[in-house]
Amino acid sequence: MGGDEGLVVRKIRHGTVIDHIPAGRALRVLRLLGATLGGGRRIAIVINAESRKLGRKDIVKIEGLEPRVEDLDRIALVAPTATVNIVRDYRVVVKRKVEPPAEVRGILRCANPTCITRKPGEPVTPRFRLVSRDPLEYQCVYCGSILGEREIVEQLGGPAPL
Amino acid sequence: MASGWRGRDVISILDFTRGELEELFLEADKVKMALRRGGLQRRPLEGKLVALAFFEPSTRTRMSFEAAAKRLGAGTIGFTGPEGTSVEKGENLADTIRMLDAYADLIVIRHRYEGSALYAAEIAEAPVVNGGDGRQHHPTQAMIDLYTVREAHGRVEGLDYAVVGDLRYGRAAASFMLALTIFRPRRLYLVYPPQLAPRREVVSALERAGVRFERAELEEVIGEVDVLYVTRIQRERFPDPEEYERVRGSYRVTASMLEGARDSLVVLHPLPRVDEIDHSVDSTRHAWYFRQARNGVPVRMALLKLILGG
Ligand SMILES: [Zn+2]
Repeated sequence: MGGDEGLVVRKIRHGTVIDHIPAGRALRVLRLLGATLGGGRRIAIVINAESRKLGRKDIVKIEGLEPRVEDLDRIALVAPTATVNIVRDYRVVVKRKVEPPAEVRGILRCANPTCITRKPGEPVTPRFRLVSRDPLEYQCVYCGSILGEREIVEQLGGPAPL
Repeated sequence: MASGWRGRDVISILDFTRGELEELFLEADKVKMALRRGGLQRRPLEGKLVALAFFEPSTRTRMSFEAAAKRLGAGTIGFTGPEGTSVEKGENLADTIRMLDAYADLIVIRHRYEGSALYAAEIAEAPVVNGGDGRQHHPTQAMIDLYTVREAHGRVEGLDYAVVGDLRYGRAAASFMLALTIFRPRRLYLVYPPQLAPRREVVSALERAGVRFERAELEEVIGEVDVLYVTRIQRERFPDPEEYERVRGSYRVTASMLEGARDSLVVLHPLPRVDEIDHSVDSTRHAWYFRQARNGVPVRMALLKLILGG
């Protein structure tokens, strides 16, 4: 961090800064974190910030939140390059790259219309196993279909990139 | 030995190691020998009940499982096609499986949805055997195919293979290709029209296993392989009937094409065939598909015996 985005958004005292999000995907990251965010939190979003590594990147700052590792790793589905900084008293106490989870339950939907997870009336939760990190690929445990990064990002939708 | 087989589900051929499959083949050898001598001395599955849940119509696979169960002394219950069953009245798969689980010691399921067998296995306490889930897996067919290759060549690994036809929607072809990731072929040629290319997950499985494979034309591989695995190309896959007629011709094996084949070449087909293997091939020494079909019952007997004990 640092550089000019400091001019845009004030530093946070306690909370989480998610940095190095691929440009345009900040809202998708927030959407994935949705359930853990709760209402009324102060959130700052920087879209298309300068980045030496990525050219352009997005940054999300959430005040007063220290998410659980499982929730953080979910971010990797749409932002595999993201880093997470946990801030306490203006100091970064934890800094870590997100790791794509080995298994994803729910969240994603299988792309294959004749997958058992798409059959109406069956109480079955879609499950995907990580088969490749780069490029990011998840495989449906039930039907074997592979979801690539582009499909995952599309599914986890949110507004189109700005 | 074989303790790893007890109570086991059979969902995908990839669930098994080479050692386990070799155990199965040894058991199938024994069963086959006993059948040749006029049947098994004992009825090892006497008193057991096998449920045959064929949500999709099937003659060969269902009858083969039924024959296998009965020859081992087990009884069978079940249905073919959803007509007249509670499924037709709108019952979901989960409830049907729970019912069968309460009645039977093992459930064989065929269903048009991919992943249905795994789902059934998660619900049922009894072991579940996948008799074909949509286009995805047909593990017992792959077991029969490998067993036949072993019978013909004395081994499965280190041979040159070609798989021909519908590699996309054909579950037998897909399972056979996946099986080759367990027994390393020397070379694998894939022969298919562009519309019926193998699925992404099958290709990645081959790549991850380090199998050397390439796409090829039928004419050019016939002289290069020990095993030619032929599958049917279905008319329904082609919106344009003329396109189907054009494509079909280039994936059709005739006796004259086999003149330049290796002596050792065996031609396999999961059957039923339409005309992708010409009847002129039947009388050649390469025709192994009828023997392959005859291996269906002994291999399935061996499988049921290992899973249910006895
Ligand atoms: Zn699926």
